[in-house]
Amino acid sequence: MLDPLKKPVNEVQDFFLLTGRALRNIFRRPHYWDDVSLQMDTIGVGSLGIVAITGFFSGAVMALQMSRALAQYGQVGKTGTLVSLTLARELGPVLTALMVAGRNASGIASELGSMKVTEQIDAMRALGTDPVQKLVTPRLIAISVMLPILTVIADFVGMFGGFIIADLYLSLSPKQYWTTVWQALVWNDVAQGLLKPLVFAVVIALIGCYYGLRTTGGTQGVGRSTTQAVVAATVLVFILDLMITKIFVWQAS
Amino acid sequence: MGGASRQPVLRFEHVHVSFEGDVALQDLSFDAFEGETRVILGAAGSGKTVLLKTALGLVKPDSGKVYAFGEDLTVMQEQELFHIRSKIGMLFQESALFDSLNIEENVAYPLVNQKSIQCPADQVHSRVQQALEFVELGGTLEKFPSELSGGMRRRAAIARAVVTEPPLTLYDSPTAGLDPITAHTIMALLIKERDVSQTTTLVVTHRYQDGNLMANFRYNSKQGSLEPARDGARGARTTFMVLREGRLVFEGDQDRLETTTDPYVSKFVKPRE
Repeated sequence: MLDPLKKPVNEVQDFFLLTGRALRNIFRRPHYWDDVSLQMDTIGVGSLGIVAITGFFSGAVMALQMSRALAQYGQVGKTGTLVSLTLARELGPVLTALMVAGRNASGIASELGSMKVTEQIDAMRALGTDPVQKLVTPRLIAISVMLPILTVIADFVGMFGGFIIADLYLSLSPKQYWTTVWQALVWNDVAQGLLKPLVFAVVIALIGCYYGLRTTGGTQGVGRSTTQAVVAATVLVFILDLMITKIFVWQAS
Repeated sequence: MGGASRQPVLRFEHVHVSFEGDVALQDLSFDAFEGETRVILGAAGSGKTVLLKTALGLVKPDSGKVYAFGEDLTVMQEQELFHIRSKIGMLFQESALFDSLNIEENVAYPLVNQKSIQCPADQVHSRVQQALEFVELGGTLEKFPSELSGGMRRRAAIARAVVTEPPLTLYDSPTAGLDPITAHTIMALLIKERDVSQTTTLVVTHRYQDGNLMANFRYNSKQGSLEPARDGARGARTTFMVLREGRLVFEGDQDRLETTTDPYVSKFVKPRE
């Protein structure tokens, strides 16, 4: 009767085993720092453009939408506050994570998946290297460092996008806009704005690696793993976002 | 020649391997002794590749024991297996060269990463060069695997498998997908490696002529070419194994193989010319 549950339970178990090994390897030698910096460049610097564009337009759209709502109460001057809070707490971390999940969870899953089906993972083990140490841990470290940085960049670019709208269409002075942006933020916002991307980073890296390393079935299998990785990473980002937000709301109240 | 009193280099004892209910190896037992060549024949899906991966400790048996150099692989953790694997060279079916590394880095990989090899950094380049010259690919150090033909990739992978001079070498379908001339070149390299380094060799193949070459030819280092082995000199040290659905259905020398009446086994045999 419990047979249908066996597979998903095994998969969750395998995922947590991989997570445990990847985290343990952070503190174990050998460290592949060359791979870490290569991944930081691929994932971090490579995602900079798309993350900046996403941040800019979401900030600009937020400014437009919020100013309309605030106009009903004669509070257009508070546009900067709302743009700042929504970006730092929600849009910055979530949209950046979604962009990186789409771009990099898929990239990791397809790269590792191709290595798996062409026996390169087996070759790595045969030639004296632990694939988790060589492939998973460097990606985990790289995304964990780069995603919070990308999120901060997306936040600032988004605030700048909001500023362009405020300046061009809302007739707010730069000083007024940036003062409300700055004053809106408290430590709780900064903390959740940095904790969220860190948690999302761990999930994106490990989901990408997990689906990549369990690939079977040739090139078709690689395509399947890539899709599964993006879907799983995206859904988990939303679920974890709700959970972390709930914790911070509860803590602030 | 087998020498029952000697310790086998590789020993399988009632090994059973399955993947999610699909049986890959069933009650498989054999011994491979030092200097011996074992040619493993079988249809696709008969468990030949799984056998080699089990011998390397890449696949854990459900039951049974696998001993390499006297050590039980089935009780070892992944980290402990690296020491044993450094004594085994493996050629994977599709070469399995790392796409992101050039040929020099690929061949250097075991020298740099296998702790127990301890190759001094200043000797890595010369050993890689030597291994690539052995497979007649001396001018390809800077090239990436995608820039090489299938036969050249296979040769580079042989160089990577033997660069550490392992006493046991495993070759998974070394001639699969290659034209007859390239396939012959690859087999000549395997025989050269076996005879120059005196290694114990397991060759998985579905081509009988590969096994025939391994059994009846030897490398003449003076002339740099293959020559027929004297009667019995090599043949007696080559054992043929035939797998069917994970079971060992034949084990013996070439004469016994060619006189078998088993309809499945005889499908793999072409009489010697």
